[in-house]
Formats: sequence, C-alpha cells, structure tokens
Amino acid sequence: MNNQTRREFIKLGAVTLAGGAISMRLGVFDFLKPEAVAEITTGPAKNWGFVVDATKCVGCGMCVKACKLENGVPFDSPVSRTWVERYINTKDGEVIIDSPKLARDGYITNEPLGKQIPEENIGKAFFVPKLCNHCEHPSCVKGCPVGATYKTADGVVLVDKEWCIGCGYCINNCPYGARFFHPETQIIDKCTFCYHRITKGMQSACVEACAFGARKIGDLNDPNSEVHKIVNTQRVAVLKPDTHNKPKVFYIGLDMMVI
Amino acid sequence: MLKIVKILTIVIGVYCIAGLVPVARSIVVPSFKAVKGDYTYQWHRVANEAEQKSLKVKYQGSDYCKDCHPDNYQKVKASKHAMVQCENCHGPAVEHPESPQKLVIDQRRELCLRCHSNLPYRPKQYAGLSTGPIPMKMQDPEQHNPGIECTACHDVHSAGFK
Repeated sequence: MNNQTRREFIKLGAVTLAGGAISMRLGVFDFLKPEAVAEITTGPAKNWGFVVDATKCVGCGMCVKACKLENGVPFDSPVSRTWVERYINTKDGEVIIDSPKLARDGYITNEPLGKQIPEENIGKAFFVPKLCNHCEHPSCVKGCPVGATYKTADGVVLVDKEWCIGCGYCINNCPYGARFFHPETQIIDKCTFCYHRITKGMQSACVEACAFGARKIGDLNDPNSEVHKIVNTQRVAVLKPDTHNKPKVFYIGLDMMVI
Repeated sequence: MLKIVKILTIVIGVYCIAGLVPVARSIVVPSFKAVKGDYTYQWHRVANEAEQKSLKVKYQGSDYCKDCHPDNYQKVKASKHAMVQCENCHGPAVEHPESPQKLVIDQRRELCLRCHSNLPYRPKQYAGLSTGPIPMKMQDPEQHNPGIECTACHDVHSAGFK
C-alpha cells in the first residue's frame, strides 16, 4: 500500500465513490423481510397503516382534490398533504418525473415537464401516489424542539397547531418531503391520515375519493383488516427503508426509479 | 470572607429563581405527557388528540346522499361509475342541505379527462369492480369533439349516452 502512487489512490477513491453512489441508488426501496412484516403487523394496540397500489393508479388526482378540500389546505397554493407523481422511463433510458400542481387537477395531457414524448418511445410509465408515511420511528418528531409534533398511541403522526412555532426543523428531518408550511396558519401542516375521520369509523378522504381502489387504510394489527392481509400476503415495499424510520405506507408496484 | 458570602448569595438566588421555573411552567404550560413513557415520539399536549378528532368532516360519502337522492344514487351504483363517489364531481357535502344549500357541479371537460384522457401511463384494464375487469374508455381530447362539454352527449350517472 505504501508504494501506491497518488494517481492510483485517486482512482481507487473515485471508483469507491461511484460504487457507493450506485448502491445507494439501488437501495431506494427494499422488499420487506417476513420478520419485518411480522414485527410491524402484530401487537395488541391499534396501529394505523396505509397501502398504495401503484398498479391501479390512473393519475386522476381526485385524492389530492379531496384531501385539500377536506383538510383546508389552500386550494391554489403549491402545497399538499398528498400528491401523485408521474414516472416515465423512455426507451433511451431517460427518467422523467413530474407532478404538475401536485396532481390537484389530475393528469390530462401527455406533456411531462413541457416535453412531448412520442408514445412509442415510452418504455414504462406509471403513477405513484404519495403521502406522509406515519413512520414507526418518525425522524420529524425527534427534531421538534417544542414537543408540538408527536405520534399517537394508535400510530398516527400529528402536529399540535396550538403549540407549533413553525421553525421547520421537522420539514428538514422528513425524508419523504411530506411536511410543508401552511401558507395561512404559518405553521407546519401534514397528512393526519384524516385522524378526524378514521377515529369516527370513516375512511380517509383520499381513500374514499379514489374510484380505483389504489389507496387503502386500516389497522395493521387487526388480522381481519384489508391492509393487514395485503401486507402479510402480497409483495409490498416501502420507500427509503435505509432511513430506518419504518414507514407504514406500503406500496404495491414500485420500481427502481421511484424516489 | 465577604466576597464568599456575596457569591453564595448570588448562587442561592439563582437556584431559587430556577426552582420557580417548573412551578411557573406547570401553570403556564398545558399538560404534557409522555404516553407509555415514550419521551422520544409520544411527548405531547394530551388535549390535542381530542382537538384533532373533533375537526369537521366535509366529505360525507355517497351513503350520505342515498336517502334524499335515491334515483341518482341507484343509477350510479348500477353503472360502471359505481365506484366514483358523488362528491368527486359534486364537491364536498359538508352540511348540505343546510350549508351549502346547493352544491356546485363540476361539468368541465377537464373533470372527465382526469380519468378518460388517453394517456400512455394509465392501466388500460381496470379490475376494481365486482363485475370483473372493465376496459377504461379513454379518448384523445383533441380528437373527440373538442370544445363541447362531455355532458352534452353523455349521462354521467349511467356512464352511457343520454
């Protein structure tokens, strides 16, 4: 090692960095191991969880519209508690990701990022709905300096509007970009799984608005709930498992290019 | 000697004031609790949970419409639009018929195109209905009667022609 030249050393460093970058990219999502599934879907208490079936999403954006109107998120502001992303992998290997107006008005034209893509040049393309993952170990909660954001006993991450000072540390700490400044209240806002609805036996507004059954909410610990059955019997994945946040939004039909 | 007394007085004074902080805090700050002893994730103002639960529900769901509008409700449920909620097009009911007294119906082409615009990204077969997979009817908005509202020819409640 001592007679290694500077050139060799730099070369080795560059290769290591590139390798690291590739393996990081590959680690964007993982399929869950049975032990991990068992750990997150057993327990005496209620534990709210969510399933998104990306193979069913048509990108109509009704979920975003319903969420905004239900939860008083300003309709014309470029913020939302849930949104839908469009992924296009062209045959040239280019990946295009967009979400105009966070899909509030749905996708009705074939012009991602203002580009016309001929249909024959599309390799694979699909929609991915996103929302707060209501993590088992929410890193956003850890960052709050005033105790305004917390996880409830039934596993929903909420923001105390009276206590939040709007410092934004939680926005930085969330690996999923699920939090934002509410332009009217000037504090942090985020998806609550529609806590005011699910605690009354209703479904979240986005789940109800979805005409395609792409979104499902339920108790992960209840063996009879649909989400429990899907997470335990189907091939599900979560976003960014390397953060060890243990997200509770499970996806069917993810792809390597989903970030 | 005098100097030591002075320092001691200051130190004791600081401790006395500091000791008041928890007392003052218990008066000013509402009750915080670490549920299940979890100070990392569950330290919060307990009253907030009830506040969150008491927020107003705006989207009432199709069952809310059933009793007063049974004709349209049954028509939709028998059609290929069975899984489309009334409020997706009619807007949130909130406390209808008290407030709002009338719901605004979104009849723009853009609303129908959210699902029916011919995009290469959509799944073409849709298997969500109990009657089995139905093909998604997709149209190119620039070819298919541009400028005319879809509802001019189509009946949304029966998902067919008028």
